Amino acid sequence: MTSDAVISSENLTKKFGSFTAVDHITFEVKKGEIFGFLGANGAGKTTAMKMFCGLLRPTSGKGFVAGLDIYKESEKIKKRIGYMSQRFSLYEDLTVNENIQFYAGIYGLDRKTIRKKQHELSDKLQLTAYQNKLISSLPLGWKQKLAFSVAIVHEPDIVFLDEPTGGVDPVTRRQFWDLIYEAADAGVTVFVTTHYMDEAEYCDRISMMVDGRIEAIGSTDHLKAKYKVNSMNDVFLILARNVEI
Amino acid sequence: MRPPIDIYGISKHYEDIIALKDISFQVNKAEIFGLIGPDGAGKTSMFRILTTLLLPDTGEAYVQGYHIVKDYKKIREIIGYMPGRFSLYQDLSVEENLSLFASIFGTTIEENYELVKEIYSQIEPFKDRRAGQLSGGMKQKLALSCALIHKPEVLFLDEPTTGVDPVSRTEFWGILKNLKAYGITILVSTPYMDEANMCDNIGLIQNGEILSIDTPGKMTQDFDRDIYAIKTKHKHKFLNTLKSYENTYSVFSFGDSIHYIDVRNNVKESELISTFSKMEFPEFNIEKIKPTVEDCFMDLMKQE
Amino acid sequence: MKRFIAFVKKEVFHITRDFRTMLILFGMPVAQILLFGFAITNEIRDANIAILDHSKDHISEKLTNKFLSSGYFKLDSYLQSAEEIETEFKKGKIKLVIVFGKQFGENLNRFQSSELQIIADATDPNTANTLINYTQSIVRDFVASLNPGPPTGIMIIPEVRFRYNQNLKGVFLFVPGLITIILMLVTAMMTSISLTREKELGTMEVLLASPMKPIQIIVAKVIPYIFLAFFISIIVLLLGYFVFGVPIKGNLLLLLFELLLFVLTTLSLGILISTIAKTQLVALMISVMGLLLPTIILSGFIFPIENMPKILQWISNIIPAKWFIIIVKNIMLKGSGIDMVWKETLIILGFAMLFIMMSLKKFNIRIG
Repeated sequence: MTSDAVISSENLTKKFGSFTAVDHITFEVKKGEIFGFLGANGAGKTTAMKMFCGLLRPTSGKGFVAGLDIYKESEKIKKRIGYMSQRFSLYEDLTVNENIQFYAGIYGLDRKTIRKKQHELSDKLQLTAYQNKLISSLPLGWKQKLAFSVAIVHEPDIVFLDEPTGGVDPVTRRQFWDLIYEAADAGVTVFVTTHYMDEAEYCDRISMMVDGRIEAIGSTDHLKAKYKVNSMNDVFLILARNVEI
Repeated sequence: MRPPIDIYGISKHYEDIIALKDISFQVNKAEIFGLIGPDGAGKTSMFRILTTLLLPDTGEAYVQGYHIVKDYKKIREIIGYMPGRFSLYQDLSVEENLSLFASIFGTTIEENYELVKEIYSQIEPFKDRRAGQLSGGMKQKLALSCALIHKPEVLFLDEPTTGVDPVSRTEFWGILKNLKAYGITILVSTPYMDEANMCDNIGLIQNGEILSIDTPGKMTQDFDRDIYAIKTKHKHKFLNTLKSYENTYSVFSFGDSIHYIDVRNNVKESELISTFSKMEFPEFNIEKIKPTVEDCFMDLMKQE
Repeated sequence: MKRFIAFVKKEVFHITRDFRTMLILFGMPVAQILLFGFAITNEIRDANIAILDHSKDHISEKLTNKFLSSGYFKLDSYLQSAEEIETEFKKGKIKLVIVFGKQFGENLNRFQSSELQIIADATDPNTANTLINYTQSIVRDFVASLNPGPPTGIMIIPEVRFRYNQNLKGVFLFVPGLITIILMLVTAMMTSISLTREKELGTMEVLLASPMKPIQIIVAKVIPYIFLAFFISIIVLLLGYFVFGVPIKGNLLLLLFELLLFVLTTLSLGILISTIAKTQLVALMISVMGLLLPTIILSGFIFPIENMPKILQWISNIIPAKWFIIIVKNIMLKGSGIDMVWKETLIILGFAMLFIMMSLKKFNIRIG
């Protein structure tokens, strides 16, 4: 384990009965890195992510997040990470401000900081006019951008993003990635899953999961060169289905 | 003779939200027409109107010559429909699901097996498994089999590939292409712009309005600005610099490169190279490229 | 017809494959009837009492023995003075104190009258009432046994008897009430939930866009639940009969016919709920708050309707379950025929028609 690894795992395994969902995965994610966690449906991405978030106890192997043991210190881990998914993000029946207050409150931010964050966020996302509007009245793209900002409102070491841009229009999708870059520049490590292969290219490094194992890991340039193809889509095809190109 | 899907000036609103604004388009026989746009663009409302589940505020539409309001019963007999996030009966087995849908349309699996064979044979080894225990890709194949089992004349697929991994998506589109041989007309929607090339005709839709309708090839051909792809090691910084460059019309990241459009028409590549070289990033590679559908979509959004 | 059968089959699979549903459907009725039958009952046995005997002669002793051997009472303690009554009550252990006046036996012999005071803890008025009734009837029996010959003066001793349910067994009343509640649960709640589940899954959209007519969808959906409701009702009737001896005096066929009529009413209510509710959770809440609670409270199942304020009595008339409970009680316990319950039957028939029409009208051929 190198000193600047924010996530590291060694032979991390999760079995459900006789089914091995995650099979001895070993890898590291460095501080400030944007790490793409790719794989086909059912390859074990969600299970692995849950273990790192401290939501699921591994069957065997080692795992550390922000220097904390995922077996023993899952409660501490939860304070140091942010999480956002396509399905669960914000409360639709609360306003923009109430959502920010709520999530900031969960992480124990004091009232002054919360107010400061509310201003910062609505400025940055140009939501000032919508501060007291219900989330349900916002377009999907705005919701997702706000959800991401809320997920990092407590300045976590790592943020886990589970298909954050599903169904979002191409322009907003790129704005979303601008936010990700900004967070990464501020030192937040970003761990993201996506089904958009162009988004894989936006990551510093990616890993490709197949049947619970990590089949390939590295920068997209490195992987394309290794498998002698031009696009990440082809890398995906070769690895996930053993398709000859 | 009307085309299989024939739509004139359909509008629909829900309370204060306008879902569809004066939509018109036609889909020809045995054609795959892709309705492409993000969530909330109005795709689902369009599908529900065409499958006779929703009444439009104004406008007329015909499916196989039948009127969507007056002849709704006729339409229901000849279409196959797979709604968005459709999830089958989780507690029924694969085979039970398929045979149920066959019975609902008054047919049997055996009768139309030929049509679904290519798809169903892939999931047949798991026919006794409950649908709830299938993986995403297999669920999607089963759902398509269920929508096809009565040999529909027109197939409506609302976001069949959303949330499905790229490999299963590619396979799925392969299956759709093969269905054309049976003369089935297919209307399909997707938020993935890269799937546009799999369609014969596409309609780009955003905020309830059709931005453009054409074949994917023609649409990208007609794009009247030059797009340059820039490859560099410092993509993100380069992008930010270009965003504040005075002659930038639009610039955004696009997979492994940056897509750049200049405000000046017919600006020379050599000129761009010399300008950009003077910026902080000497190492880059610039190349004029053909636009993609996603480029067209973003350009149309910008014009809105 | 084939598509109809296939659909019914699918519905049966849904019900039988979900272990939790099965548990609720079959476990709940059995648990409830056993609970109501054994635990929650109006009968009081072995109530703790205290006795303050100021005379301590053989007559007071004899009467005390009568009380304690009746099975209704259990002696907690003998009190020594009137002051103790208050403190004993406050301890909360005793329900009743019986106070014998001075020279109890002597006065009875000499003046044909004696003083007996009965003090009950009325924090629970129903229990207090029942206990006082028990005491009074024991005293009456006792007095009668003291005068074996013809009465010396003209005395009218009223003898109250409860008919149809001589022992005032709670379970007699609970069986008809329970059948009603269970039918509501199985039919109205389960159908509304299963219909809204199809909406949530998106399968309803596919069904509507198919050649299946809405009426076919509904009828096919509902048939397994009719059978289920019958089956469960019969389990409850059998349990009532064999475990608690609740009789079915009237015509069984008539009872089953009334059952069917009521099931139709509640089923259409379930369908009506599903047309309003968008999610299973909402359907569940409407079923419980809008159907089940009013039924339990206003049907006369637990609280007698006669004791309610006028306005609630009036409202209770629009609760179909009220009429159904009357019918079931009459048929089961009194052995009434259709000539006795035709009015109530007509009322339920009216409700059934109304709800069926409303649900068919509201169940759209389209969505939204």
